[in-house]
Amino acid sequence: MSKTLKSLLVGTALTAASAATAIELEVTHWWTSGGEAAAVAEFADAWNATGNTWVDGAIAGSGSTARPIIISRIIGGDPMAATQLNHGRQAQELIEAGLLLDLTDVAEAGGWADIVNPSSLLDACTLDGKIYCVPVNIHSAQWIWLSHAAYENAGLEIPADWNEFVASAGDLEAAGTLPLAMGQQGWQQNIAFGAITIAVAGLDAWKAVNIDKDADVARGAEYTAAWEAIANARELARASNVQDWNQATNMVITGQAGAQIMGDWAQGEFAVAEQVEGEDYSCLPGLGLNPVLDTGGDAFYFPVNDDPEITGAQKELAALLISPEVQVSFNLAKGSLPVRGDIDMSSANGCMQKGLGILADGGVLPSADIAFSQDSMLQIEDLMAQFWSGDMSAADAQASYAQLIEDAD
Amino acid sequence: MTVPSDPPATTAKRPNRLLKNWMAKLASLPMILTALVVFAGGTAWTVTYSFTGSRMLPRTNWVGFDQYERLWNTDRWIISIKNLGIYGVCSMVLTLVIGFTLAACLDRKIRFESAFRSIFLYPFALSFVVTGLVWQWILNPDFGLQSIVRGWGWESFTFNPLNDPNTVIYGLLIAGLWQGTGLIMCIMLAGLRGIDEDIWKAARVDGIGTVKTYVMVIIPMMRPVFITALVLIASSIIKLYDLVVAQTGGGPGLSSEVPAKYVIEYMFRAQNLGQGFAASTMMLCSVVIILIPWAYLEFGGKKRG
Repeated sequence: MSKTLKSLLVGTALTAASAATAIELEVTHWWTSGGEAAAVAEFADAWNATGNTWVDGAIAGSGSTARPIIISRIIGGDPMAATQLNHGRQAQELIEAGLLLDLTDVAEAGGWADIVNPSSLLDACTLDGKIYCVPVNIHSAQWIWLSHAAYENAGLEIPADWNEFVASAGDLEAAGTLPLAMGQQGWQQNIAFGAITIAVAGLDAWKAVNIDKDADVARGAEYTAAWEAIANARELARASNVQDWNQATNMVITGQAGAQIMGDWAQGEFAVAEQVEGEDYSCLPGLGLNPVLDTGGDAFYFPVNDDPEITGAQKELAALLISPEVQVSFNLAKGSLPVRGDIDMSSANGCMQKGLGILADGGVLPSADIAFSQDSMLQIEDLMAQFWSGDMSAADAQASYAQLIEDAD
Repeated sequence: MTVPSDPPATTAKRPNRLLKNWMAKLASLPMILTALVVFAGGTAWTVTYSFTGSRMLPRTNWVGFDQYERLWNTDRWIISIKNLGIYGVCSMVLTLVIGFTLAACLDRKIRFESAFRSIFLYPFALSFVVTGLVWQWILNPDFGLQSIVRGWGWESFTFNPLNDPNTVIYGLLIAGLWQGTGLIMCIMLAGLRGIDEDIWKAARVDGIGTVKTYVMVIIPMMRPVFITALVLIASSIIKLYDLVVAQTGGGPGLSSEVPAKYVIEYMFRAQNLGQGFAASTMMLCSVVIILIPWAYLEFGGKKRG
């Protein structure tokens, strides 16, 4: 009996000892699809290699499922060590309530201000001069994906920009192909709306509305033209009755549809279907007219913890996530762009190279997550869902949209 | 000797009356506290904070009726209310009619009654999420009902309610009826079994037809059963949420949105607690408006009678 007790005690002592040296950090995120899980594994391996332990807290479902769980855990006093969130306004109130760790000293030691490109990513992590998150990647939404199979089938040239695409739509339809695949969900329609606005209304008007929240510009002539273009696009996508974005991407992959407007995460679907960029599909950033990308993406936040040991480990992890090697391996697996401009990404494919080129030229915009609160975002998405599925006129939609911009915060 | 000992015994018993059955009272105390704190307290808290500009965290920055003003100027809320109205009226009427008809048919002493009863009740064992998914597939034009009928040779057959904004709510209604009618049928059947055989004999002696007996005699006698059914159906209507999420996701566009979904999305996705609370308070109001006159008629009337 005493022997068993002794061995048990020794065992407990051993675990206690090992726990003292290797710190376990629980990290929550919602990266659960094939490519995303592979990307998280790069983070976990790098962290485990430092002698610490990465406890994976993946939450299945999209960000809208995971975010309430993450936030309620932080508010409820059961914080994880680190968590993914989209950088921007989502965490602002948590920071104001003093629930997230101030990373300013880590950022200064690592010289983040100089290496993070575009710098707007770091601005999105900053509140009152203090830095609260680590940006880890850039995702952009202004891409149109074109199916070579659909165009070859109709005997047409692959369009080089949005205007050529609209011109070719009639012939595509005549060949029995749906011109534009569109998942019938507000956020996808909002992405298409944003991309078409930048292409048609131009950058200045877009910035005035989305950054300065100028409702007069939203009522003006540039936006009238944009809304008419969108009403036209709605007709091109009329027969598209899929819901999820990857089902719509699948229509492009199989050649049932000519094109889809979707963010660069669509690339993962083409990769899984073993399609080759330039042969099976093409991508046009900024719809081929205005080569700019928004700079939404993911960031990691570190909830405040009472244990100084864990706080130290949190800061160590923060520095690791943005280190050059981890940035390269993570972003190659994820298909997103790295947050620092000083690393070698030559093994990336054609679409990513296009994106990197635009980043290097400084063609960046803040993403909607940064420009609008979640509340305003949902109201705009509701308007999009209503507009794309019904027969609302472009003028009515423009008036409602301008009102939302006026009330937005 | 016995007489003087009696008065002290009764005075001692009087305070005991509160403690009579004290075990039962103690046992029900947690439930009473739960009801007071969780239900009444939670409701009061929600209503109070619906007058604030709370976003992600509850705060007490009072904004008056701003949240309600915004709510009633939002297209999505108006659409949700209309949808719930259509769904509610249709669901209430059809569930009662179909449930009673099925129960009356089973009550005619048919063969294999228990087999039919199980079949009709079976959908009730499925959750709304499963029901929604099943009917999403059945109503899918590419491999559901429409394609099967077309496969039989009726090429022009079109039945695609879920992809048309004008008919999508009826697609939900079909699924809701399929799920809920069985339970109502069982309750009605139990009510019918409670009717005395002599009533039927008397009706037959008087030469009253079967249908007329049901409508004029049996249904008025089943008033308590109908009230139970009514409450069950009404609560399932107000709660309508998971069926919509599973079957249509509120689409196409906003055409199958319902109030409960508005509340959840504005509270958690939009991180706007104030707006969500205002919407849930309006849902509470609608329930209260229906409930109070009914409770007055039902319970107030009985006391006087």
